[in-house]
Formats: sequence, C-alpha cells, structure tokens
Amino acid sequence: MSVNIKVKNAVKKYGENTVIPNLSVDIREGEFFTLLGPSGCGKTTLLRMIAGFNSIEGGDIFFNDKRINDLDPAKRNIGMVFQNYAIFPHLSVRDNVAFGLKQRKLDKATIREQTDKFMKLMHIDEYADRMPERLSGGQQQRVALARALVIQPDVLLMDEPLSNLDAKLRVEMRAVIKEIQHSVGITTVYVTHDQEEAMAVSDRIAVMNLGEIQQIGSPKTLYQRPANLFVSSFIGRTNILQGALKMKDGRPWLEFEGGYCVPMDDVQPEYQHDAPVQISVRPEEFVISPDGEGIRAVIDDSVFLGLNTHYFVTTESGVKAEIVQESMIDSILPAGMSVNLSVKREKINVLTEDGSANILTGVLNDKQEG
Amino acid sequence: MKKAKRADVWTLVSLAILVTYALFLIYPLVKLLVAAVVKDGQFTWQYFGKFFQNKYYGKTLGNSFKLSIASTLVSLILGIPLAYFFNMYKIKGRTLLQIIIVLCCMSAPFIGAYAWVQLRGNNGSITRLIAAIIGHKPPSIYGFRGIVTVLSLQLFPLVFMLVSGALKNVDNSLLEASENMGISGVSRFFKVVIPLCMPTILAAGLLVFMRAFADYGTPLLIGQGYQTFPVIIYNEYFGETGTDHNFAAAVAVIAIIITAVIFLIQKWASNKFEFHMNALHPIEQKPAKGLRGVLIHLYSYILVGLSFMPQVYVMYCSFRNTSGKIFVDGYGFSSYKKVARDIPLAVRNTFLIGLLALAAVVLLAILIAYLVVRRRSKLNDVIDTASMIPYIIPGSVVGIALVIGFNQKPMVLTGTMFIMIVALFIRRIPYTIRSSVAILQQIPMTVEEAAISLGCSKMEAFFKATVPMMRNGILSGAILSWVTIITELSTGVILFNRNTVTLTLAIYTQVTRGSDGPAAALATILNVLTITSLLIFMKVSKNKDISF
Repeated sequence: MSVNIKVKNAVKKYGENTVIPNLSVDIREGEFFTLLGPSGCGKTTLLRMIAGFNSIEGGDIFFNDKRINDLDPAKRNIGMVFQNYAIFPHLSVRDNVAFGLKQRKLDKATIREQTDKFMKLMHIDEYADRMPERLSGGQQQRVALARALVIQPDVLLMDEPLSNLDAKLRVEMRAVIKEIQHSVGITTVYVTHDQEEAMAVSDRIAVMNLGEIQQIGSPKTLYQRPANLFVSSFIGRTNILQGALKMKDGRPWLEFEGGYCVPMDDVQPEYQHDAPVQISVRPEEFVISPDGEGIRAVIDDSVFLGLNTHYFVTTESGVKAEIVQESMIDSILPAGMSVNLSVKREKINVLTEDGSANILTGVLNDKQEG
Repeated sequence: MKKAKRADVWTLVSLAILVTYALFLIYPLVKLLVAAVVKDGQFTWQYFGKFFQNKYYGKTLGNSFKLSIASTLVSLILGIPLAYFFNMYKIKGRTLLQIIIVLCCMSAPFIGAYAWVQLRGNNGSITRLIAAIIGHKPPSIYGFRGIVTVLSLQLFPLVFMLVSGALKNVDNSLLEASENMGISGVSRFFKVVIPLCMPTILAAGLLVFMRAFADYGTPLLIGQGYQTFPVIIYNEYFGETGTDHNFAAAVAVIAIIITAVIFLIQKWASNKFEFHMNALHPIEQKPAKGLRGVLIHLYSYILVGLSFMPQVYVMYCSFRNTSGKIFVDGYGFSSYKKVARDIPLAVRNTFLIGLLALAAVVLLAILIAYLVVRRRSKLNDVIDTASMIPYIIPGSVVGIALVIGFNQKPMVLTGTMFIMIVALFIRRIPYTIRSSVAILQQIPMTVEEAAISLGCSKMEAFFKATVPMMRNGILSGAILSWVTIITELSTGVILFNRNTVTLTLAIYTQVTRGSDGPAAALATILNVLTITSLLIFMKVSKNKDISF
C-alpha cells in the first residue's frame, strides 16, 4: 500500500547549526518525487528524517494521517536504497534480498517465492547464489533495489543511488528505476544533485538550496518557468543579463543593454511598472543574426558538437554569454565577428532585481509558504 | 521526548562499561595514588622525597631512560630498512622470514634474555667459541649493552610490521613521481619514503619505548646490577628484604607520569604529521639484482636469524640431558620429564585464564569501538579515554595497583584467578579497541541503517549486519591478543601464586631458580602453542600480514 507523505514545518539542527530552518512539503501517493539541490542543501538530511535515521528538531512528518516523528525506523515500513548500496557483503544475493522478509518471520515458502519474484523483476535471478563482491556496481544496485522493494514498503527512499556508477550505466539504471517505480506504483522520494537525472526520472522535483525549498514542479515547469534566479541557473544552463522593465503606452517592454527592446505581454499585473530586472536567457533562446535588431556582441569562440554548435560571445558591455544553435551545413561563424543577438521572447524569463522571484505569469510552484 | 529516544539500549551498555572501568581501573589507580602520598592517615611527600633524594633511584630512572631510548633507536634503525626492503624487493623466502619475525616479537622477552645469557654469558657457548678462536674472552653481554641487544632484537619486529603496513598504503605513483623529479634510490628513501611513513614511525617508536621502559624480565636476567624502574617497583613490593609498599606505589606513580608525558609528546609530534594515504596502486616488489640484491638478502637473513637464534637455542636445549641443574652431553626428554608434573596445571591455567581474558577483551572491545565510532557523546568520550589509560601504564604498575586495590575487605581478589583475568584484560584491551575501531571505521553506517530499514532493532542490526562484517578483523585481532596474553609476564609475576601459575610464569620461576633444562622445556611448549596460534591466525585472516 502506498502512502502520501506530509512534512509540516520540519526543523533540523546539528547542535547550534540549523540545517533546515522550516520546511513543508506534500508528496503525493504513488508519485516519483525528487529532492534536487547542490551538496549541503539539506536534501539528504530531509530524506534521512523521513527514514528515521535523523532526529527531527521541530515540526511533524505524516505518512497518510499517521505521525511518524517518534516511530522507530524499523517500524516505518520503508524501503531504502543507499548511495553505496549497503549490500551485506557476508550474504549471498538471495540472502540479501530475503533479509527483510526473514526479519518479518514469514514462512519459508513465501520468502522463497517473493525473493524469486523480485530477483526476476530486477534481472538478478541468475546471480542468486553469488556473493556481492563478485557483482558489478550496476548489479549491486539492482540487488539493493530488490532488497528494498521485496518487503512491500509504503515508501521507497533513494539517496543518490546512481552516483557511484559510470556515466553509461547511470543512464541505463535510471530507466530501470523509473520503469520499476511505475510498475510497482510506490511513493518514491529520490535524492540527487544531478539535474539531468532528476528531470529524467521524476514526476515532480523540489529544488532545494540552503535548507529551503525553492520551487516544486514538473521538470517542464522548472525549466521553462523557474520561480527564481537560483532555480533558473541550477536547472539547465542560462545566461543572466541586466535590463529594465519599462511601461510604454500601458504595455510592458523589456529593455536590454544597448537599447534593444522587446514587448513582454505576460508580466504579472503587480509587477507592471518601471523597474530594473534580471533576465534569464537560456543558450538556445538567443537568435544570432549578422545585422538587424538586437544586443551587439563579438564571437570569442565556438565548439561544434554535431547536433548543436555552441558560441561563446562577449556583449558590448562586457558580459560573457553562451549561445546554442542547431548546426548549419554552411560554415561556422568565425571568432572576432560582430553579431546581433535577439531573443525568443516567449521563452525567456524575467526576474526581479534581487533574483528572488520570476515576474512572468505561468510560474507554477507547489511550494507551501511557512 | 528527545531524551527518552536517546536513552536506548546502547546507553545501558555505556554505563555498564563505565562501571567496569571505574571498579577495575580507576579505583585501583586511585588507591595506588593514595598509598603513594598517605602515611598513617596523614598526607606526606615523604615517599616521593625518598625517590628524589636518593641518588640510587635517580640513577635507576636514568638507566631506564637510556636503555629505552637506545632500544627504540636501534629497533627503528633495524626495522625500517627491513620493512623497506620487504616492500620494495622480492626477497627469497619472504613468507618464512615474516613468520619468524612475528614469532620473535611474540615470545616473552625474558626468554630471549635468558637464551642470550646461555649463548653469550660468561660461560655461554658462543662466548667460548669466540674465546677459542681469538684467544681471549669477547666483551661481556651483561649490563646495558645486553639489555639493548635483547630488547632491540625483540622489538624491531614491531617496527617492521607497523612500517610495512604504512608502506602498503604508499601509492606507487608517489615513488614514480619522485623518480621523475630526479630523486631515487637512497635519497628517495630519506626524502620521500621516510616522511610518508613518519606518523607510523612515531607510533612504532612510542610502542617500542613503552615496552622497553616497562620490561621487567630482561634487565633482571641480563642486567647484572644494571637497575631499572620496573625492577625497583617489584623489589620494593616483593623483595626479600626491606620492602616498602608505599614507596613502591610512589615509584609506580612516577612511572605513570613519565609514560604519560612521553605519550603526550608523541601525540603532539604525530599531530604534525597527520595525513591519510590510501594506495590505488600499491608498490610493486621488484627483483633485487646484483650486489644490491646480495646485500639486501644478507641483511634480512642475518637480522632475522639473529633474532630467532635464542628461540632455536632454547628449543635445542630442552632436548639436552641434564644432571642436576647443569646440561650434560647427550639428548633426551629428561627436562620434559622433570616438568611433567607442572605442565597440566600450567597449561590448564594458561588456557583458562587466557581464554576468559580474551573473551572479555573481544566483547568489550567491540562494544567500546562501536560506542566510540558510532555513538559519539560525552559519556563515550570518557570511556574512550579510560580505555586508553592502560596503554601508558607499565604492566608492573597495573599489577601493583590491582594488589593495592583488591587486597583488603570487602574486595579480596588477590591470589584468585579472577584478578589475573582482570589484569590481562586491562593490559590488552587498548590494543584490541584500536584495531576494532580501525575495522569499524571502514564499515559504512548505511549497512546498519539498511538492516534497520528492513526491520531490525538497533542491537539486531549491530549483531546481524555489522559484527559479521567485522568478523575477520575481530578474529585475527583476537588471535594476536591471545598470543600476547599467553606470553605476558610483568603483571602476572606480581599477581600469581602456586594455583594460578601459567606457562610463562612457570618458565620464569624455573629460570630464576636456575633450572635451565625445565625452563627450556616449558619455553618450547609455549613456543609450540604460540606458533600454532599464529598459523591459525594466518589461515583465518587469509593473508600473511600481521598488524596491531
């Protein structure tokens, strides 16, 4: 049976040091929910509070309507997958997977049947009698996953499960994880610092920084309408330009350096007044043209990567920017060439001067205040 | 709510351990301190005054220092190059040599001293041989020189083993990098290898110093009037004339202060060299060729041979015929027959006392290691510190403290087997804790958490997941502890009586009586026990490296 998880005003302190000041989040039943953030942002701390390995200094955590703050970790019915797998090295693959079932004192036939079922599901049945030291990293990860799922937990928690694998295996395993999660339909909380990995597996992502949730949303929302400067630069790559919002004839216009202006129709009403702003333009949201309207810039360098070509430019006022264009059949623009940069105005994001909020409409954020 | 959660099963374990330490370590030490400064219910500095006023005692202190420093230096000079050669070059017969090296440091030092007296004493076989060749007697082995020789040959294996361990963590690329920068051979040894091993060298130096400083049997047998600290402590407490228990206690307190200061200096020094290494590519041993190869082999064989010679000689002696106390021509089992009556009791005691002490050491060491590594708290810091106290207390002082602590009602334990077990337990546990801590630090906490998330209680998780992972390390540590327990002398000699005599103590008794044959026979039996234990160790740990 799957559950929803409610975290209400959770506080985590190590001595005098507050790691999580006040955090609330709702995780829906059966969803794949990811905590994403740079190292030290508190994502693993939060996961371990849910698991019961970290104490909770304030607030409450609920599984459905059951408060679990003081429930022994052994009784929370959680399946957990650790960064270093935490496979018992002294037990065979089968005994590792069966460990939790034996602990629950089920009868032998059931244990055998369930163990076989999950080993088959994770494609490790052929290694059933091997010792873990003779398994590859990917195989160990599969054992860890089978061991966590076989006890039919209410919640599956995964702490950077792919970070010890090589790049190719990581891509392969994240497909496996997503597929298994969907077929079992279990509420999953996943921790990672790799935004690409988070986008690939998650239904929803919570972006965290300094112990606080910045934004919660689907991968698409986070990328296209980030709630603030941190999210816009942590998810994907972006260029941050200084500019100003100007009202002309009752219509908001965005003015870039050098006087380049574009009309912005989707500014939230409360922000529709003259103000300095920061503009987040992703590399693919620039259009390069040799002449015409735009920000004046000089090409410094270019990298041809097959599908795309990356250009590195310096604008007239000295800001460095990166631009991605689909590779053309004709020649690459040479370094030293002067160009004009225009923007795809429906895609770019406009932030307040301090970067704390996105002033455009359509920013979805499931984050709860307070 | 918080508090209630923290006070789990492990808090009880902490408290139980603390009580054990308070009773068997802190209480006797406090009694010892009191004995050193209280006369007839009055505080007095008189006993300390006696020590510092009488030049004789000052000289003894000086003697102990001189020979400990000399033995430490010689052990380092002998042991470091040997470790270097063993890790850099393919030495022929290395496995056998390594077993012998371990055997040498596992036997009781006084047996070595005793054998050296037999070999190089005034009437020793080698002395006579040399005299016959060069026409006059070679310089005497007795006194300072003899003690340093015996202790160095006894203790350099410790340096060898510790430094070998450190060299195994040196990445080959470091050596290649230094070669790349033009530093190779001898200058690389001094400029790169020695600095990399410095923390270990300091630790080994401390270990050797402590053992040399606390050694009781060697100066007694080969010192011939060269008085040292432990001998005074023993004589003042158990000597035949003019014993002064309070004065013995005062000397013991001074000994503790000195070893504590040495310990702190070493800690301070090794903090300056604090770094961690982990070799991805360990050093590969190259074949030793040409003249260099010959010299390296010669050095290794001669050194190992020299340190093993006394033991071989003792075993040889055990099969010689005796007449009274003197060896005569011919071979047989007469020495064994003479001790046949003593053997069953001594062997029984050796096993009983040794195994019980071992069980206590292993269990407590695992629990303490767990508390120290996984459950840092003020309470457990106290346990950590308390458990390391015996590390700096000479064995004879532990013995005296236990006698003073437990020879009066309501706790009369002297003369019992129990106090012997307590003594061995206290002496051995710091080493076992250290090795258990090292093992535990390599086991990720997540393994235990995985077990908990799968439904184990905290204790179940510890015994089902962590202990099995520690098993090999614990087992090999236990066998090493076993070997040091069965060869322990300096504490036992103060606490034993007729009924609790062990093999080592029986040998000591025979040696002091001048019964060379029976002593040799008993020593041979002890050696066989030691060798068997070590062979089991190697079988269990599946490698040939032994560390502490």
